[in-house]
Amino acid sequence: MSIGRWTEVGRMDELARRDSPMHRLDARAKALTTIVFIVVVMSFPRYDIAALMPFFLYPFVLVAVGDLPVGFLFRRILVAAPFAILIGIFNPLLDRTPRLFLGEYAITGGWVSFASILLRFFLTVSAALALIACTGMHRLCAGLERMGLPRVFAAQLLFLYRYLFVVAHEGSRMVRGFELRSYGAGAPRLRVYSSLLGHLLLRSMDRGQGVHRAMLARGFDGEIRVLRGESARPVDFVFFVGWTAFFVAARVWNLADLLGRVVLPGG
Amino acid sequence: MHMADALVSPAVGGTVWAATAGLIAYSAREVKRSSDDRLAPMMGVLGAFVFAAQMINFSIPLTGSSGHLGGGLLLAILLGPHAAFLTIASVLVVQALFFADGGILALGCNIFNMGFFPAFIVYPLLYRPLAGDSRIASRLWPVSILSAVVALLLGASGVVLETTLSGVSELPFRTFILLMLPIHLAIGIVEGLATAAVVGFVARARPEAVNASPRVSGARGDLRPVLIGLLAAAVVVGAAVSWFASTHPDGLEWSIAKVSGSEEVAGASVGVHERLAQVQETTAFLPDYGFKSNETEAALEESSASESEAWPAVDAGTSVSGLIGGTIAFLLAGIVGFGLKRRRVAAVR
Repeated sequence: MSIGRWTEVGRMDELARRDSPMHRLDARAKALTTIVFIVVVMSFPRYDIAALMPFFLYPFVLVAVGDLPVGFLFRRILVAAPFAILIGIFNPLLDRTPRLFLGEYAITGGWVSFASILLRFFLTVSAALALIACTGMHRLCAGLERMGLPRVFAAQLLFLYRYLFVVAHEGSRMVRGFELRSYGAGAPRLRVYSSLLGHLLLRSMDRGQGVHRAMLARGFDGEIRVLRGESARPVDFVFFVGWTAFFVAARVWNLADLLGRVVLPGG
Repeated sequence: MHMADALVSPAVGGTVWAATAGLIAYSAREVKRSSDDRLAPMMGVLGAFVFAAQMINFSIPLTGSSGHLGGGLLLAILLGPHAAFLTIASVLVVQALFFADGGILALGCNIFNMGFFPAFIVYPLLYRPLAGDSRIASRLWPVSILSAVVALLLGASGVVLETTLSGVSELPFRTFILLMLPIHLAIGIVEGLATAAVVGFVARARPEAVNASPRVSGARGDLRPVLIGLLAAAVVVGAAVSWFASTHPDGLEWSIAKVSGSEEVAGASVGVHERLAQVQETTAFLPDYGFKSNETEAALEESSASESEAWPAVDAGTSVSGLIGGTIAFLLAGIVGFGLKRRRVAAVR
C-alpha cells in the first residue's frame, strides 16, 4: 500500500459529491440492486462466459448516467486484479479437459473458467466501485443504517471514514520526515519502526480523546445519531425492481446466446 | 488474504455473511452496553490508524525484505474483542468499497477470517492468558508472535475452506492449504513482530494507554461469539461434505454427470448456486451450450433431442453463437452506456 492511494480515496469522495440522476437515487435502492447484481453474477456455473455479457449493462449504465470517469475506475479495477488472477490462474493448469471448440482449436475447461473468473471479477468490482463513487460513504451508511445496520457500526464506519484522511496525512508526514533524515536507507529497522508507529498510535489516541471531549462539549450523551436525509421516491423503486427483473431474466435465459442465434443465419 | 467476489459462490458467501452479520450485531450490542462513550471516537481513530500503519513498512530482521502491520491483533489488545471486531470490520468495509480489496459478497468471509479469529479466538483464549496483565517485555514478543501466527493460520484456513467450497477455483483443498499456510506463517511472524513493537513502545512510553483499554466481557471467557463462529463453521463444513460427497466426486465424472443430468438431481439440496444453475439448465434453449468433450457426445445428443426446436447439435455452432452473442451483448451494453454518457454531456451543455 502506498501513499498514492489516499489521493484516490479523495477522488472517490469528490465523485460522490457530483450531481447526476444516478447520484440522486436513494442509497438503499443502489445498494440493494448492486447486491442482487453480485449474487446473480456469482450464481452462474463456472464455465459460463457468454451468458455473463449482458450483465455489463449494469456497471456501464451506472458509470454513464453517474458521469464517472472510465479510466480512473478501470485503473482501480486493475490494481485490485492480482489476487483473482493469482487464484484463478491455477484453473488452466489443473483443468485440461477440452470444453470449447472453435473450428479446429480446442480450449480447455481451465481457460474457460479462468476467463469466467476474470469477467466476474471485472463485473463485481466495477459495480461496487461505481456504487460508492455515485453514492458516497455518508449516504451509503445512512441508507444501510435505515435497512437495519446496527447504529454503532454505522457510526464506526463514518468515524473511520472521517479520520482516515487525517491520520493518513499524519502518517505520511512522519514517513516523509523519516525518509528525509535517512536518505537511501530503505525501510526503517524494527526499533525505529516501533517508535515511529508507536508515536503515530499515541497521537491517534490523543486525537480520539480530543474528539471525545469535543463531542461532549457539543452535548454528546452516549447515543450516536446518524443523519437521515433521504426518503425513497417511486423512481428508486422502479430502479430496483427494473434491474432485478433484468438480472433474473438474464440469469434464466441466456440472452447472449439468443442474440447470437438471431444474428447467425440458421444457428 | 482479501478474497474477491469472483471466487465466492452465493451459497458460501451468504452463509458466512449471516455469521458475520450476527457477530456484528452482537458486538454492536456489547459495545453499546459497555456504556463507555469514549469508545466510539477511539474505535474510529484506531481504525484510521490501522490504515495509516499499513502504508508504513519496516525491514524484517535477517531477511532484507520489508513488511507492515495488519492490525487485527493490535486492535484486540487495545480495544478488547467486541470493539476490535467492529473496528476490523469497518476497515475491511472501507477497503472493499474504495480499494476493491475483497468484494461485497466476499466481505462476510473477509470480516470473518480477519476479524473473528484474532478478536474472539486468539485474543481471549491465547493472548490474554499468556501475556497476562503485566506487560513484561520478555513475554510480550513470543506471545505476540505466537498469537499473530495462530490468528493468521486460522484466517488462511478459512480462506482455503471458503474458496474450495465455492468451487469457482479449481485448486484442490490440499494444494491450496499447503500453499497458503507457509505464506501465512511468515506473514504471522511479521505481524507478531510489528504488534509487539508497537505495544511494547506504547507500554513503555505511556503505560496507562494500554491499561486504559476496556476490559470487556470477552476476556471473562464469554463463549457466545465463539459458539456463533463455530456454528457457522459447522454449517459451512457440513454443506461442503454433502456437496463433495454428492456432486463433485472428481473433475471428469463430475462433468459427465453434469451433462447426463444426474448431478442436477443430487445437487438440488445444495442451495442457491445449484438451484439457479438448475433453473437455467431446464429453461435454456440449449442446455450446456458450447460444452463439448468427446466422451459426452451421446449425452449431448440426448439432451438436445429433448428440445422442441431442433437446433443442430453441432457444438462448434452453439459455441460460436454463444461467443458472437456474448460479444454483441457486451457491445450493446457499451453502446447503451456510451449513448447515455453522450446524452448526459449534451444535457450538461
